[in-house]
Amino acid sequence: MKAFTRETSTVAYVPGVNCDTDQIIPGRFLKADRAEGYDKFLFHDIRRDAAGNLDPRFPLNRPDAQGARILLVEDNFGCGSSREGAVYALADAGIRALLAPSFGDIFFNNALKNGIVPVRLPAAVCEAVADHLAADPQATVTVDLEAAQVILPGDLGAHPITIDAFARDCLLQGLDEIEMTFTYMDRIAAFEAERMARNPWLGR
Amino acid sequence: MTPASDKTPRTLFGKIWDAHEILRHPSGQSLLYTDRDLIHEGSFHAFADLKRRNLRPRRPQQIFGIADHYVPTLGRSADDAASPAIARMIRTFDENMEWGGLRHFGIASREQGIVHVVAPEQGITLPGLTIVCSDSHTSTQGALGAIAFGIGQSENAHVLATQTLWQMRPRTMRVTVDGRLGQGITAKDVMLALIARIGAAGAGGHAIEYAGQVVRDMSIEARLTMCNLSIEAAARLGMVAPDETTFRYVAGRHYAPTDQEWDLAMAQWRALPTDDGATFDREVELDGGAIAPMVTWGTSPEDAVPITGRIPDPASFASADKRKAAAKSLEYMDLAPGTELDGLLIDRVFIGSCTNSRIEDLRAAAAILKDRKAAIPAIVVPGSTQVREQAEAEGLARIFREAGFEWRQSGCSMCAAMNGDVVGPGERCASTSNRNFVGRQGPGARTHLVSPAMAAAAAITGRLTDVRRL
Repeated sequence: MKAFTRETSTVAYVPGVNCDTDQIIPGRFLKADRAEGYDKFLFHDIRRDAAGNLDPRFPLNRPDAQGARILLVEDNFGCGSSREGAVYALADAGIRALLAPSFGDIFFNNALKNGIVPVRLPAAVCEAVADHLAADPQATVTVDLEAAQVILPGDLGAHPITIDAFARDCLLQGLDEIEMTFTYMDRIAAFEAERMARNPWLGR
Repeated sequence: MTPASDKTPRTLFGKIWDAHEILRHPSGQSLLYTDRDLIHEGSFHAFADLKRRNLRPRRPQQIFGIADHYVPTLGRSADDAASPAIARMIRTFDENMEWGGLRHFGIASREQGIVHVVAPEQGITLPGLTIVCSDSHTSTQGALGAIAFGIGQSENAHVLATQTLWQMRPRTMRVTVDGRLGQGITAKDVMLALIARIGAAGAGGHAIEYAGQVVRDMSIEARLTMCNLSIEAAARLGMVAPDETTFRYVAGRHYAPTDQEWDLAMAQWRALPTDDGATFDREVELDGGAIAPMVTWGTSPEDAVPITGRIPDPASFASADKRKAAAKSLEYMDLAPGTELDGLLIDRVFIGSCTNSRIEDLRAAAAILKDRKAAIPAIVVPGSTQVREQAEAEGLARIFREAGFEWRQSGCSMCAAMNGDVVGPGERCASTSNRNFVGRQGPGARTHLVSPAMAAAAAITGRLTDVRRL
């Protein structure tokens, strides 16, 4: 996994509560191999008009959103389907961090496994960031995972990043979780042997 | 394993979690043992990951593959798939299962069906287990008293490689539904009423246990529907304490223990229910007697109202973002505030999905359809091939066909809309599925979530209809 220490970037604001993973990537694109790149599927249907052309009003289609590696989104972002393709689409489009009051639980985990930092901030803070961006679209935000804080523009100050230490360590070091878990294999095997002895029908 | 004092009252969730915690990392995450991992066609990323690492599934005997998302419902071969790309998904699934040496129920298997219908049906899902699957509706399987939740493909690869998963322990929420449901009111209505009340983000970070007289009185099929929809309230998972109803359901299923092992299992299962005095981080109570047949009007499952209600005015919502969301939903749904739901014209009906495609769901719909005719196109997609066979044996298939429904083969079909079964742009569908998201049933499709009986009623009249009138 790509390590994450610190990222400073302009921010694109994609509004909408309960933005589900079907909006982030419609189901019909999930057949694609990852090698093909998922960036072209990001928000595919909602960033286009009825004729299939890019809608200039959609935030990510605006010139000032180009190059933004941080997205400001709304409550319960990434709810719905567990499709990791939603995170592949964000990652392949260069997104490295997300700011929102809350995220779908499965999406949150998927993001962490792909080097994207989902930052939970109080709703009022998110609103203040949105207001600030409306006045100053080129304002930047710094997501500093090492210091476990996000530095917001203007006088909005710094806020703590509340990610558990385990996930944070994995991200900071770009750790491969499977490799790390293999170091616990003795304990896994012992646990498993005991569980199978008590529930032999589970392992046949 | 966490040693817990025998005297500390524990929840159903806590007992199962503790019994699967191999270790807790100093940073707070638990390394959880996963008893079962269920695979479907969408899991191909995890297999690609394993192959790249030169790894194989570590515990093939605990992994089951079931083709459901992409399978055609008009035939039982990959050749029947709607497109070459969809056929390739089905073939890749078979190849990955063979490569991993995994038990699997392919498209032509008699055990095939939607993974969350098949796993309980086959006794793969049992009380006290931890079950994962790269599908958010894995929460369904908690109905048998298990910890069952959806994961992504990176996590899936981790489980395949190690049979474990790093997880933060979720908080707990108990949803108590007391009283008695009125006639024609189902588990679907209870859940839509719950989600409307607590919101689509309402149970985020929580494991829900469903309790109360209404839940105790429910069949396993109904409990599966309840737990299925937990994810639509953003819950990590849903579960119901195992009881005599559970044990009767499980007994004799293919992968369930038998004879002396059954007795051993029962001794463990009887100890699972939440102890008196155990506390939950949150408690929610619903009066079962006050719940009416529910229908959604918008593009989030929280946009649900009783069929006797009207479409709300976006201006009536408390927060600015909800007002915006409601206005956007109504624009997409082409609906006006104040419109009565009862009587709204519908273009087609879909009965199916892991929410509502089990035998009881088909019986409920058939009871409404008997000696009647559908006024609009309608399809039934049984949740599994076994459900399909049982429905044929019970004469339900004949009722559906005589009413003008298409009687299809099992799969996820028009719920996920990945296999080519879609609702057309601008069409309005009364659907027994779980998501009314923008474009979920196909680009431009408009979904109204309802129970199977309500879907049948809508098919007959061509309108959303209070099933209690029929």
